[in-house]
Amino acid sequence: MRDISHAAGGPVNSVPALLERNAKTWPDRTAYREKEFGIWQSWTWAETREEVRDLALGLLDLGVQPGDFIAIIGTNRPHLYWAIPAAQMVGAVPVPLYSDSAAEEMAYVLDHCGARFVVAEDQEQVDKVIEVKPQLPALEHILYLDPRGMRKYDHAHLHDYGQVQQQGRAARDALTPEMERRTAALGPEDICVMLYTSGTTGKPKGVVLSNSNIIETSKNSSEFDNLGPGEEVLAYLPMAWVGDFIFSIGQAYWSGFCVNCPESETTLATDLREIGPSYYFAPPRVFETQLTNVMIRMEDAGRFKKWLFDKCMAHARQVGGRMLDGQRVELADQLKYRLGELLIYGPLKDTLGLRRIRVGYTAGEAIGPEIFDFYRALGINLKQLYGQTEASVFITQQPDGEVRSDTVGVASPGVELKIAESGEVFYRSPGVFQLYYKNPESTASTKDPEGWVATGDAGFIEEGSGHLRIIDRAKDVGKMADGSLFAPKYVENKLKFFPNILEAVVFGNGRETCTAFINIDLTAVGNWAERNNIAYSSYQELAGHPQVLETIRSHVEQVNRSVAEDEMLSGCQIHRFLVLHKELDADDGEMTRTRKVRRKIIEEKYADLIAALYDGSGQVSTRTEVTYEDGRKGHISATLKLCDAAVMDRGAERVAAE
Amino acid sequence: MSLAEQIVTDQPAEGWVTADGRQIGPVMMEMRNITLRFGGVEAIKDISFDIRQGEIRAIIGPNGAGKSSMLNVISGFYNPQEGEVWFHGQRRPRMRPYEVARQGVARTFQNIALFEGMTVLDNVMTGRLNHMKAGVFRQALWFGRAEREEIENREKVERIIDFLEIQSIRKTPVARLPYGLKKRVELARALAAEPKLLLLDEPMAGMNVEEKEDMSRFILDVNDEFGTTIALIEHDMGVVMDLSDRVVVMDYGRKIGDGTPDEVRSNQDVIDAYLGVAHD
Repeated sequence: MRDISHAAGGPVNSVPALLERNAKTWPDRTAYREKEFGIWQSWTWAETREEVRDLALGLLDLGVQPGDFIAIIGTNRPHLYWAIPAAQMVGAVPVPLYSDSAAEEMAYVLDHCGARFVVAEDQEQVDKVIEVKPQLPALEHILYLDPRGMRKYDHAHLHDYGQVQQQGRAARDALTPEMERRTAALGPEDICVMLYTSGTTGKPKGVVLSNSNIIETSKNSSEFDNLGPGEEVLAYLPMAWVGDFIFSIGQAYWSGFCVNCPESETTLATDLREIGPSYYFAPPRVFETQLTNVMIRMEDAGRFKKWLFDKCMAHARQVGGRMLDGQRVELADQLKYRLGELLIYGPLKDTLGLRRIRVGYTAGEAIGPEIFDFYRALGINLKQLYGQTEASVFITQQPDGEVRSDTVGVASPGVELKIAESGEVFYRSPGVFQLYYKNPESTASTKDPEGWVATGDAGFIEEGSGHLRIIDRAKDVGKMADGSLFAPKYVENKLKFFPNILEAVVFGNGRETCTAFINIDLTAVGNWAERNNIAYSSYQELAGHPQVLETIRSHVEQVNRSVAEDEMLSGCQIHRFLVLHKELDADDGEMTRTRKVRRKIIEEKYADLIAALYDGSGQVSTRTEVTYEDGRKGHISATLKLCDAAVMDRGAERVAAE
Repeated sequence: MSLAEQIVTDQPAEGWVTADGRQIGPVMMEMRNITLRFGGVEAIKDISFDIRQGEIRAIIGPNGAGKSSMLNVISGFYNPQEGEVWFHGQRRPRMRPYEVARQGVARTFQNIALFEGMTVLDNVMTGRLNHMKAGVFRQALWFGRAEREEIENREKVERIIDFLEIQSIRKTPVARLPYGLKKRVELARALAAEPKLLLLDEPMAGMNVEEKEDMSRFILDVNDEFGTTIALIEHDMGVVMDLSDRVVVMDYGRKIGDGTPDEVRSNQDVIDAYLGVAHD
């Protein structure tokens, strides 16, 4: 349970103040863990404070001024996390960047905020910064954490992280008063962090969040889920993402979590299993991949094991979710579930590393009901939330006992919701961002003077439960020719819930009927082909296989039935579809780096295919330009079969089937 | 005077600094007039060259030129009939391979020679055997010195695992690994011995371009980070020319060239050996 006394020492206005409080309250409790050299190394809160202090003093020694921006580039590592409070302690603003972004993308952000300092993880990141340094007049010093390969570099403006700490320690007596003065001056309205949005449209925007944004949000959300000291989290999502900032800094400092950093990206599954986090966040894709792997492995298991698994899972699906929601379940069923826990659920959760989860969240995209229910059935308290960088994450979240796959929950504590006439969702909360850095026009168009922020998403509040349901991006929602609502993402998500379908793009804005492009999932369909002795040599060949098309058709028709049930959206049923001859790819500009489809570009690029879907022809030949990973271009030609799908009647109106 | 001797550039005895700032030291190992015969076949004919401290030295040549035999002479696997091997300024007597290994020479093999049934970690640990002194009894019961040694050595091994980025396969049996990774594990095992001289027998053989790039990076990093002297045999000319400081070229057991990559590249004998020459 949460220890209330730790908030009693007076108001805490900043992350460094929280650090100070934690080091006093729990000096010997583990604050950070990192697996290195095969062993989990750990730091207590008291040790963390010393490390952060040394770094802050070192930064001061290098000449950091209040208001300077300090970029932090790298994967999740304790030392990089420490750079955040260290920067704040000397009055600077930390700006975590995506470590996988290319040098030019980095150059834009570094130039936009005018960073004077960079804290980089290793040679790879330093090289990128050095490459673009000539375009960055403001940039002065680069600190690096991993000295490997750095010996030959010119060290005039390049510093070893450990040495900077050492210099800070050496100058402790002289510099401490100045550092303490700057730390004490931090107020609730001062900037806590600046996070760049990934930018699905246009250039990234720098979202400025204040100390009170972060602390208020962390406090509210920690109370919402009863998060307290002793919680274990695994920090594996990009540091530049607001979610990681809230989970691994905001809530972790407020509640006193232990933040665990994995050994490397490739050891993530093992590290997750070893740590067994009690509070966990993952995007739907992660849960989806995990489930697909479990299912593929179970296909290969022995007959008895498979039978037992199926039997237990069937039972879990019936009662697991209800037991988790605290509903009444018959004693016999409870006992059966216990037995299942012993034989299947427990060991499975152990293997997945999800055994100890008390609170798990997913967000970012819609999650398939089957996937969601699978984890809930196992007894994992997986919930959904809806958030944005501009809101310091939380807009809505699902309270325990009210969890469903098709809503995103009720307004988070302190958040007010409003649905505009257009259907767009607006919110106002203590977490609402201050401004977009150097971009008053965008700030004004997103946030009105009363503090209401436009989410850009269309949705509605469900009557009765009060839960918010998101339909689609507001700008993508349109009207069909007959005036009914067109929400492509709503239908696409339903399609994507089938393991065989990786991506779907639905068209139909302003038209009579809807049509769709489908991408098959090579892992799932390839596995099926292998089992059924179907030979194929390429994605293209498999995608055009008649049996595959037939399977996809049955999926589409199932989606049509489900869409038809919703009166508002029944116009969005898919009349014709095709399976694309190539995977939609970020390298071709068809998707963003975070794998969101770029509708406009796809519409232009494949205009011939769309035309064919609407002119009733049976097949179409096309030639598509593709970009290889190294930037070279090539072409693929294909003849695609266009398929019809049965649609359901919608109310009085009748639409011909086939 | 043969061409081979002509192109040996003037080299200061104490060494020099390369264009990319690496320190090449004095001569570490010297082969003097080595001749190796198998019955009537002369695999190596009167070859002399040296390996300097801190350098990356390549031995190249067409198939059957005697490169691997040369490496086996250095590692003590073969003892040449004629000639002398000098190591750190002293003439090396006839030695068994394990004695050479104790002197600080480690190697990898052209055909991977790992313990397939053991995990990566255990394989790499075998590289530390020369550094473990505890007796069989203590090792079996794992107490006292054996325990201390194992912990110390494990730490060294973990640093190498980290260095070569093979953390994710630490506990995987070698038999389950793809070829490129096995090669990396072999390098890890050789590095675990903390060699002064590292011999690599075709480290890139059978690799795709990306694996080759990775391996090149690791070889350079090993040389840079640990200051290890490296002698390697390799067929991929691009790799050899990029990596090495000096190159020995062999053909039919003879040395036909010796010098920097640029010098070797413009050597007519080398070009003939590689491209073939019209006999008229």
